[in-house]
Amino acid sequence: MTKNALATGLIWLSAILVSGVFVWLLSDILIHGLPRLSWMFFAEAPKNAGRSGGIGPIIVSTVLILLVAMVTAAPIGLATAVLLSEFARYDSVFGRLVRRSLDVLAGVPSIVFGLFGNAFFCIYLGLGFSILSGGLTLACMVLPILIRTAEEGLQATPNDYRLAAAALGMSRSAALVHLLLPSAAPALVAGLMLGIGRAIAETAALIFTSGYVDRMPDSLFDSGRALSVHIYDLSMNVAGGDASAYSSALVLILLLLIINSIAMGLAKHWMHRSVVTV
Amino acid sequence: MSLSRADKQLAALLRGCALLSAAIVLLILLFLVKESWPVLRHVALTRFVTDTSWHPVDGLYKLTPMLSATLYSTLGALLLATPLGIASALFSRYYAPPFLAGCYRRLIELLAGIPSVVYGFWGLTTLAPLIGRLHPPGVSLLTGILVLTLMILPTVALTADAALAAVPVAYLRGAAALGLSRWGLISGVALPAARSGITAGIMLAAGRAIGETMAVLMVAGNVVQQPHSLFDSVRTLTANIALEMAYATGDHRAALFVSGLALMSTVLVLVGTAEVLSRERHHD
Repeated sequence: MTKNALATGLIWLSAILVSGVFVWLLSDILIHGLPRLSWMFFAEAPKNAGRSGGIGPIIVSTVLILLVAMVTAAPIGLATAVLLSEFARYDSVFGRLVRRSLDVLAGVPSIVFGLFGNAFFCIYLGLGFSILSGGLTLACMVLPILIRTAEEGLQATPNDYRLAAAALGMSRSAALVHLLLPSAAPALVAGLMLGIGRAIAETAALIFTSGYVDRMPDSLFDSGRALSVHIYDLSMNVAGGDASAYSSALVLILLLLIINSIAMGLAKHWMHRSVVTV
Repeated sequence: MSLSRADKQLAALLRGCALLSAAIVLLILLFLVKESWPVLRHVALTRFVTDTSWHPVDGLYKLTPMLSATLYSTLGALLLATPLGIASALFSRYYAPPFLAGCYRRLIELLAGIPSVVYGFWGLTTLAPLIGRLHPPGVSLLTGILVLTLMILPTVALTADAALAAVPVAYLRGAAALGLSRWGLISGVALPAARSGITAGIMLAAGRAIGETMAVLMVAGNVVQQPHSLFDSVRTLTANIALEMAYATGDHRAALFVSGLALMSTVLVLVGTAEVLSRERHHD
């Protein structure tokens, strides 16, 4: 009995400790980050190495990097997911091979992606330190997430759809375009959001691929500084940059919160809808 | 069923895309080996341990200080995050009232999504000064361990939670019917039944801790030295790559790619083990 009471006490204590530390972290960033947050902060260019001014060009670079990553990874990811779920038998050698290599890809540390991106995109392909190199590196990184969520979404569509389409003599491509993809669409978007969330949080893979330059980028071949790299640079390399770093960290967390709640909301909406229509 | 011509064309296109996705891992390995080849070719692997120091420009490649920093920080973080993470999962599954359990789970999910650079920044501005008051300089192995703990705790908690959720209800009902106390039920039935899932989660967390760069880079002090106490500044393998890649050339650069190759192999072994463990669970 005393053992039971001790365990109860310890488990409550750890839960309180864990929530306490996290409330501390979040409130710390909120309290220090909120005072400098304004519309001007989003619009202005960083001044004095980021100590003052805003994060305008950095937001632009971040969005461009994300765009490159998603525009590259989404079609390839979707195609791979469709192949795995609709065209390859689950136990086929090719399907197993692809799945295994994606599992491995999901486990590769982000700094290794950075090394690879630097060697392959920047130097071998000659793209240099650019938004394009950074975006393509992130595309490789988010591919496993996109494929896994899209595959799960497709597998969750009722098998009746496939059978009915086959009975009506529809080609597989037609069934895919008119039935399966639309009914899996919220899951696909939710997966896309998760991928964006992972990409926007990334720092280590970007330092040696998209670079540090905090000017407004002119083209995709320009170097651009992502928001997470900005936070890193301000806190490590700029004395007195903490205030701006706090505000940038707050912006990053808020962006992630918005992206995650869209993903979660879509997943929930989708589950609700499929219960009603099927 | 035979496919129509349009379907065959689509299948071929999809196969091409899938092949491309699968090839990325090989491409990464290929480029890591290609870039580290200049050093691998003429430097014996043992020299990464037996050389006197890490001065790659002078051809000295001792990696052991970085290796032990990575090892100690990962072990320390696992030592703290494992009990706390499992306790978190037990709390939200067996102890907390439903509303609180939902909130707690939401909090843990939120934490899993916080970027590592934010953890590192918070550790540097808040945690490091506190530890510095205890024992200077503050940026140390201990700070690194604490920040890593925060980062991998959600991984342990969420996977343990999922593993506990998969324990058949009949087991728990049976245990309750035998009159076991709550802790008796957990320690005697729930935890053993969820063991392989929880272990897989710990493996994943270990992989995450070894591969983590930004958080430890920002709080651990980055001095290349064999740590003798928790308050010593250390530089991990990942931090070493991030710090020196900016200016490394020639053999120095190749040596950094060798450490990247080492990192990738370690993580692959961990991920592989986790996968085997979780497959065992499915066969149970």
